[in-house]
Amino acid sequence: MASPEKLFQVPAPGARPGDTPDFSKLNLPAAGEMRRPDMLADAGDMMDLAFGLVGVLDDKHEAVGEWAPDMAPETLREGLKTMVLTREYDNRMLKMQRTKRLSFYMKSLGEEATAVAMVQALSDADMLFPSYRQQGALIQRGADIVDMMCHCISNGRDNLKGRQLPVHYTNRDLNWFSVSGNLGTQFPQAVGWSMASALKGEEAIACSWIGDGTTAEGDFHAAMTLASTYNAPAILNVVNNQWAISMHNSISRGKAASFASKAIGYGIPGIRVDGNDYLAVYAAAQWAAERARKGGGPTLIEHYTYRGEAHSTSDDPSKYRPKDEYKAWPLGDPVERLRAHLIKQDEWDADSHDKWEADCRERVAAAWKEAVSHGTLEEGPHAPTESMFEDVFAAQPWHLRRQRQELGL
Amino acid sequence: MPAMNMIQALNDAMDIELTEDESVLAFGEDVGYFGGVFGVTRGLQEKHGTARVFDAPINEGAIVAMAMGMATNGMRPVAEIQFADYIFPGFDQIISELTRIRYRSAGQYTAPVTIRTPSGGGIYGGQTHSMSPEGFFTHIPGLVTLMPSNPHDAKGLLISAIESDDPVIFFEPKRLYNGAFDGDPNKPQASWKEHPKGEVPEGHYTVPIGVADRVREGREVTVIAYGTMVHVAEAAAAAQGVDAEIIDLRTLVPYDIDTVARSVEKTGRCVILHEAPRTSGFGAELAAQIQEDCFYHLEAPVTRVTGWDTPYPHAHEWSYFPGQERVGRALKKLMETPA
Repeated sequence: MASPEKLFQVPAPGARPGDTPDFSKLNLPAAGEMRRPDMLADAGDMMDLAFGLVGVLDDKHEAVGEWAPDMAPETLREGLKTMVLTREYDNRMLKMQRTKRLSFYMKSLGEEATAVAMVQALSDADMLFPSYRQQGALIQRGADIVDMMCHCISNGRDNLKGRQLPVHYTNRDLNWFSVSGNLGTQFPQAVGWSMASALKGEEAIACSWIGDGTTAEGDFHAAMTLASTYNAPAILNVVNNQWAISMHNSISRGKAASFASKAIGYGIPGIRVDGNDYLAVYAAAQWAAERARKGGGPTLIEHYTYRGEAHSTSDDPSKYRPKDEYKAWPLGDPVERLRAHLIKQDEWDADSHDKWEADCRERVAAAWKEAVSHGTLEEGPHAPTESMFEDVFAAQPWHLRRQRQELGL
Repeated sequence: MPAMNMIQALNDAMDIELTEDESVLAFGEDVGYFGGVFGVTRGLQEKHGTARVFDAPINEGAIVAMAMGMATNGMRPVAEIQFADYIFPGFDQIISELTRIRYRSAGQYTAPVTIRTPSGGGIYGGQTHSMSPEGFFTHIPGLVTLMPSNPHDAKGLLISAIESDDPVIFFEPKRLYNGAFDGDPNKPQASWKEHPKGEVPEGHYTVPIGVADRVREGREVTVIAYGTMVHVAEAAAAAQGVDAEIIDLRTLVPYDIDTVARSVEKTGRCVILHEAPRTSGFGAELAAQIQEDCFYHLEAPVTRVTGWDTPYPHAHEWSYFPGQERVGRALKKLMETPA
């Protein structure tokens, strides 16, 4: 009989507060190592992609290997600029939360490429079913930062009429679904959406994101089962940023070698990609999108990355992981890596970068000023109070009318 | 007018909607080739094709989420949950997603989904095939909740549900699929052929959401029921010789308060029936609202006759079921209360 310690196991991360970060045991194949299969190849013939790591940018900042995408420098500069803007937006919003002008916030530091590059590789008609950390994708789609801020402070210009907590954006004009807050629910919805698109013979595909922790939800398996069964034209992204608040990804991954490998049993291609490598994310997105549009069905992409800051403004990561763990992350920073690549290609320079950063800082500061001119969380104005009884049903039934009247409205 | 049982009437409603509106789809477990375990979707796949009527994996969360995703992309899905008892894996997608998307997105996205599901006992279904879980659903903001009691209403209400821009949960009292069961298990099954509501008009018609049906006019007591209990009420009132006004609610949310209140104000007495357990059941909501709205017209306490607060037992099904005897006793007691 084995010892109880052997019979019952609870996975633990490599390092907790006070420990030295240790990523030496991670399986991280070098950029350019992975082959790029034909996009209509059978899922069974590309299982290696689920256990490897698709990377393009090498240590010398060159784009290498079969996955290196053919991208115009202008496109890359645009991606870099969006990531920087997203970071400055996040910085500003965190500051505003710290000074209590925002109830709550979630930054995306270190994960910007997993959102921005993904969307840049898609077409505008493709429907996005995001989780709560893809603000970069919304900015890349062209959202007005003032509008985003107005939502976060639930003021009179909030397009959600003050009904949702910050960062739970909805933007139909930009084919961005409504961020739920209940984890993973959007994954099978995205599959359903893409099935309708396929039924109508339309080109648009769906693209959704969840985190590593959320793969444990039934909805992950619901989405994978539906996508596999109906050959849904959907890109299903798992952003493995290592941490689900305080829980290491091993708590949801279990004994699986990777999250991408969970696709194998479903007969879906699973690709593990370096999520801090802008070009690699773009290349994987492009491959998966084209496969879906050509009738090849869904793809599961695991973005291997690291959550640079707290889960949200409600937790302190120094309580559950080493303070300097982010700095030790072996895959670097997506902004720095793309910046270095562009500079090496003579398509960007340090001065332009600094200037763009300063411009973004100014832009978000000005946007904040404009946003609060439409009202603040504490003082309003907010959407009219009676609007809280609207949109429950298409038409307001008698019981809601009575309840509204009870409130004196 | 052709006579139909409830299965045929529901099938006819979906057939009409599938024919008239190409955005209508029907899916669920065993719904496609086989036509559903109760046969409600029989023949629809053959007629409308596998792209519009199809089998779904045994994952109720997936079925609801798929329907919602499709609905936000222009479809009007009719999803079947094989038994209402099985709906709970899909509860999160219903309560947190489907019914909130209009509100959460401030009207940017809507999900016109109809969820059909057989409910209620009386078929020796034991505790996992007999539930009447409507009370869980009436508690959810944004969900229209329907339960017809006969083929005529079943067809018209299902058409209204499919054409509604709101998400709808549509409970089908499975004991009524094949006949107007009045709560007496020892009698031979009454066929819908002999029932006036078994006459179902051909083609498209609707029974409006939010409108109750006064199935019997009376002066002495108001009986509020829905689904199977409507027929139990009729039989029990007849057996007791009580001049009952029987209201078939049909829509639970948003229910027809005007018809209910008018009747209770007239009779001054009210009994509410449902097969579901009593505590926090929909009857509690009705009783509370009736005493708020009609207190000064009441001559006796508002009473409930319901299933017990136990799971639905297999062997003791007919002790659980609020049959004619219990309903009759309640009517008698109400009539004995001095005015």
